[in-house]
Parts: sequence; C-alpha cells; structure tokens
Amino acid sequence: MKTIWSWIKAFGMFWYGFIIGDDWTVAAAVAVGVAATWFLARAGITAWWLLPPIVVIIVGLSIWRLERQTDQ
Amino acid sequence: MNSWATLTATFLAAAVEVIEMVLIVVGVGAVRGWRSTLIGAGAGLVLLAGIIVAVGSALTGLPIDTLRLFIGALLLIFGLQWLRKGIRRVAANGFAGSGEEQVEAREEGAGGIDWTSFVLAFKGVSLEGLEIAFIVVSFGATSGHLTTAVIGAAAAIVILGVAGAAAHRWVQRIPRSALQLVVGTMLGSFGTFWAAEGAGVSWPGSDLSILWLLALYVVVAISYIAALRTGHLGADAGSSGATPAMAGASSGGGSQQREGSR
Repeated sequence: MKTIWSWIKAFGMFWYGFIIGDDWTVAAAVAVGVAATWFLARAGITAWWLLPPIVVIIVGLSIWRLERQTDQ
Repeated sequence: MNSWATLTATFLAAAVEVIEMVLIVVGVGAVRGWRSTLIGAGAGLVLLAGIIVAVGSALTGLPIDTLRLFIGALLLIFGLQWLRKGIRRVAANGFAGSGEEQVEAREEGAGGIDWTSFVLAFKGVSLEGLEIAFIVVSFGATSGHLTTAVIGAAAAIVILGVAGAAAHRWVQRIPRSALQLVVGTMLGSFGTFWAAEGAGVSWPGSDLSILWLLALYVVVAISYIAALRTGHLGADAGSSGATPAMAGASSGGGSQQREGSR
C-alpha cells in the first residue's frame, strides 16, 4: 500500500514538474492562449496569429520574474 | 493516382512527419540522455503498432485534433521551460556553457528511467507516427494502392531514421546550454503548431509554418539573451550580463549559478 502511494505521489510530482515547473504562469498563459484560439477558430475567425505572441510575451515575463526572484 | 504517384506522395508526406519525429527524439536524447529517450520512442512505436493492428483502416475515425491539442499544449509548456532555462544559461555563461551544466538534473524513477525524456519521446513518436498512419490510410485508400502507400511511408521512416541516428554524434558535440536553447525553441515551435492546429486553426503554408515559428522563437531567444546581458530584463548588468563567462569561459556566475537545476 505504501509503495502504491509513493508511486502515485511520484507520478503526481512528475506531472507537476512537467507542466508547472518553476513558473505556473507559463502553463496558465498557454492554456488561456490555446482556449482563446479554440474559441476564435470555432467562431470562424482566423486565429493562427494568436498563440505565437502569447508565447513570446510570457517567456519574457517569466524570465524577468525569475531574474528578479534570484536577485532578491 | 497510379502506384508511383502514390509511392512518391506518401513518401514525401510521411517524410515531413518523420523529420519532426526524429528532431524531437535526437534533441531530447542529446540533452537528457539516450537510454530513457529511446525507451520512450520504442514505447511510442509499440503503442502505435497496437493502435494500427486494433483499429486498422478505421484509424481515420480517431480524434486526431484532440490529440494534437493536448500533446501540442504539453510540448509547448515543457518546451518553454527549456527555452527559458537555455536563454538564462546562455546569457550567463555563453554558448559554450560553464561545465557544471553538462550534468543535467534527471528525475529518475523506478528502473532508472528519466521520465521527462521518456514522455517527450513517447509523445513525439506516437503523435507523429499516428499522423503517418493517417497519411498511409488516406493516400492508400483513395488511390487503391494501400501496400504501395505503406512502402512509401516505411521508406521515409527508414531513410530519415538512419539519417537521424547518423546525426546524433554531431548533435552530441553541441554544448548543452546551446542545445537546450535549440531544443526548447524546437519543442516550442512544434507545440505551438500542433496545439493551434488541434484547436481548429489552419496554418498558412501548413507544416511549413513550423519553420517561421522556429525562426521567430530563435530571434526572440537571441533578443532576450541580449536583454539579459545588458541588464534590461530583470537583472542588473553586473549580475547577469557583464560576467567574464559570457564568452564561454568557465568561471560560472550570473543566473546559471543562481538558478540551480530542475
């Protein structure tokens, strides 16, 4: 039972690290960007342009945030 | 379509997907290590073979867009983690790296498997493999030359797979921090493409859009590296940018040392 629990915990920790990592805002921004793209596409609006700028902005913000954290 | 046209069309269409598959496997293997990456790629092929045997020509009924959406989003999120890490490391230590980063932290679990490289390779191979299977079924069924279509796709897999295996030694020589940056931009490009395509987007130029996405993310990465070095992005110039290690010396310092490894 203890082994199963530790396996489940390790599995959860792996996915947390894989998706959230050291900055949850990146995963959140990607999720919002993909959802917005989905809604625009469903509405018949051209949406290929939406995700790349979101990626560019969130990467810059995340680096800025991490640099500030490590400076403090 | 005659059999030669089917063979050529299937080979070329499958080749595009195989290139993406090989790039992911070689990139992840070079950064994180080969054992778990190849096990992940093998597991992806086994799953793929199982799906093809079980579903057969009804393969086209699978929800490929939903798979693209979720796998693409996950690859994008993870690719951006490597991209950020690569940008900060290169900004701090230059493209040659600091030496200490040559040992990448691995999250090994049962059986000494590095699950990160396993999952990345598994997803890349199973999704791309599924797309190749779709191509084979579509081209083969519409032309009435299913066997020829299978041969065309198999030839693309063998030729480009061998080319990837031959290239891995060359890729291995690239410094780890630069490689992480390159693979991060690559996973980010594939992830953006698949996630948006899965969400229902039609990319202008179809798979060719991956090239301009890659170019965009490379330019952005270079810009952020320059901003970090000059102290315009979070850190002051003394702590991140103006270290002697910028030119690739092994003195360390900057954000690489402070960042730690994940």
